[in-house]
Amino acid sequence: MASIALQRVSKTFGTHTVIAGFDLEIEAGELVVFVGPSGCGKSTLLRLIAGLEEVSSGELLIDGRDVTHLPPSRRGLSMVFQSYALYPHMSVRDNIAFPLKMAGQDRATIQDKVSEAARILNLQDYLDRKPRELSGGQRQRVAIGRAIVREPIAFLFDEPLSNLDAALRVNMRLEIAELHRQLGTTMIYVTHDQVEAMTLADRIVVLNAGRVEQVGSPLELYRRPATLFVAGFIGSPRMNLLSGAEAARHAAATVGIRPEHVALSTTQGQWQGQVGLVEHLGSDTFVHVEVAGVGTITARASGDLQVRYGDLLWLTPQLDCLHRFDEHGRAIG
Amino acid sequence: MTSTMHGRHKLAFTLLAWGLALLIFFPILWTLLTSFKTEADAVAIPPKLLGFDWTTENYAEVWQRTDYLRHFGNSVVISLGSSLIGLCAAIPAAWAMAFSPTRHTRFVLLWMLSTKMLPAVGVLVPIYLLFKRGGLLDTRTGLVLVLMLSNLPIMVWMLFTYFKEIPREILEAARMDGATPGRELVHVLAPMALPGIASTLLLNVILAWNESFWTLNLTAADTGPLTAFIASFSAPEGLFYAKLSAASTLAIAPIVVLGWLSQRQLVRGLTFGAVK
Repeated sequence: MASIALQRVSKTFGTHTVIAGFDLEIEAGELVVFVGPSGCGKSTLLRLIAGLEEVSSGELLIDGRDVTHLPPSRRGLSMVFQSYALYPHMSVRDNIAFPLKMAGQDRATIQDKVSEAARILNLQDYLDRKPRELSGGQRQRVAIGRAIVREPIAFLFDEPLSNLDAALRVNMRLEIAELHRQLGTTMIYVTHDQVEAMTLADRIVVLNAGRVEQVGSPLELYRRPATLFVAGFIGSPRMNLLSGAEAARHAAATVGIRPEHVALSTTQGQWQGQVGLVEHLGSDTFVHVEVAGVGTITARASGDLQVRYGDLLWLTPQLDCLHRFDEHGRAIG
Repeated sequence: MTSTMHGRHKLAFTLLAWGLALLIFFPILWTLLTSFKTEADAVAIPPKLLGFDWTTENYAEVWQRTDYLRHFGNSVVISLGSSLIGLCAAIPAAWAMAFSPTRHTRFVLLWMLSTKMLPAVGVLVPIYLLFKRGGLLDTRTGLVLVLMLSNLPIMVWMLFTYFKEIPREILEAARMDGATPGRELVHVLAPMALPGIASTLLLNVILAWNESFWTLNLTAADTGPLTAFIASFSAPEGLFYAKLSAASTLAIAPIVVLGWLSQRQLVRGLTFGAVK
C-alpha cells in the first residue's frame, strides 16, 4: 500500500500540452478512478505515474519519495493494460511468473506465488496454456495475476475491461472490486466508462482536455457536479441540460435536471410534450419526451409504465434537485 | 455464366503463373541439364534439351580437379558468420529505432539504405587498400566483415519492419514487470520476433552465399568461397560449359536445398505483418 502524490505535473508532446499542472493526492489503499472522454489525457496521466512517459515538469511522489525520474521497473508498481499485453510465446504460468523471475526470486517461491495467484483468479486449469488459447476474460485475469504476483505497492489499470463483452465486463468489474477489498492495495483505474467509475471508485477524478474538472466520491460527483461537463458526463442516462429561457427563469446560463427528478403525469405538470423513444429496462423505463421550446427531456419512470410513441405527457422537474450553471459552465450556489 | 468467367480467369492466371515460374527457373534448369552433357553437346547448335548422352563425368572431374569441400566450408563460414554477427548489431539497432524513435530515425534508416544504392566498385579501391594494410586480404575474417557491413542496412530494415509489428504495450508490460532493457530484448522481443529474425538470417545467408563482387576481389586461393570456385572454371583459353555448369550446380545446390526446406519460414517472414 502506498500513497501517491502528483505535484504540478505536466506533460507536453512538442508544442501540444496534454496534461497541464496536475495536482492530486492519492491515499494509501484508495481506489481512484480517472474518467473522461477519449483524448482527455487520462491514459497519459497513468503512464506518467507508471514511468512509461517522462514527466515534462512537476514531481511525482510515492510514499513521499520522489520517483519522477525513476524507470518503471524501480517504482514498485504493477500495470494492467487494455490489450492485456500478455507475452504470447509464454504459457500462463510463465506469464504470471515473469515479474518474479525478473526480480530474481528462487524457483520454489515463484511456484508458490504463481499457484496462489492462480487460485485467487481461478486460473489453476489454464496454467499450461498459451494466451491465444484463452478467452478475453481469462486473458485479463492472467494480466491481473501477473500484476498481483509481485505484490506491488499500487496497481495501475488502463481501461482493462474495454475489450470485453458487456456481460463479462460486469463480472470482471466485480472481481476487481473484490480484489481491491481482499488486497487493500492502492489502485488507480482509468476508464472512459462512467458506470465503471461510479461502481468501483472510492474517489473519481473527472478529466477533460488535460484538466481536472472535479475530484470527489461517486455520489458527490453525481449529486453536486461542479461543472457542466461533469454534470453531463456522470450519470446514465445523462442529465437533462436546458439553456435559454428555461435557464434564465432560474437565473442561470444552463440548468440541469436528472431523469429521476422529472415526474411524469397524464393530467398536469410544468411542461407538456410528446413521447418519443421509450426504453424499457425492466426495473426502469426511460421516456424521452419532446417538449416544444425546451427540447428533449429524459425522465425515469417505473418499469410498469405503459406509454407509447406519440402519447402526450406532462413533466414536472423537482425544483430542489435542479442544478444551475453560469456561462462558464461552473455550478452556481 | 459468372462462374465460367471466374473459372477462365483462374485458369489464365494459373497458366501465367506457371509460365513466369518456368521462365525464372529456366536458367537453373538449363545449367542443371548442361552439367550432365558432354562439352560437345553443351555447345551444340541447335541446343539439345533432353536428347543427349547423359554423363556424370563433369562432376567427377570437377570433384577431382578442385577442393570443393574447402570452398564449401569457406562459403558456410563467410555467409553464416557475416549474417550472425550482423544480427547481433542489427537487432539492438532496429529495436532502438522501432521503439525509441526520434525525429531523425526515418532519415537514419533511409541513409543506411542509400549506402546499398552505391555501386560497390566505387569503394573497391579504398576497401582493398584498407584490407591490404590491415592484413585482411584473402582472409575469411575480412570477408565476414565486409559482407556483414554490406548487408547490415538490409538486416536493420527488415528487423525494423518486424519489430514495428510487435505491440508496444507488451514491451511496456515487461518494463513494468521489472525487466531491464537487455532482459526485455532477450526474454520478450527476440522470442516474439523469432520468425522475423529467422527470415532475416536466412535471407542474409542467401545474399552472402551468392555474393560474388567482394568474394572474387578480396580473395585468392585460400579463402575463396563457392563463387570463386565457379569462377575458376572460366579459363582464359575458353569456357568449358559442361564443367562450369557442374561446378555451378554444386555451388548453388546447398543454398537451393536450404531455401527449399525453409520456404515456408521465408514466405512467412517476408510477408510478416502484411495481414493481421
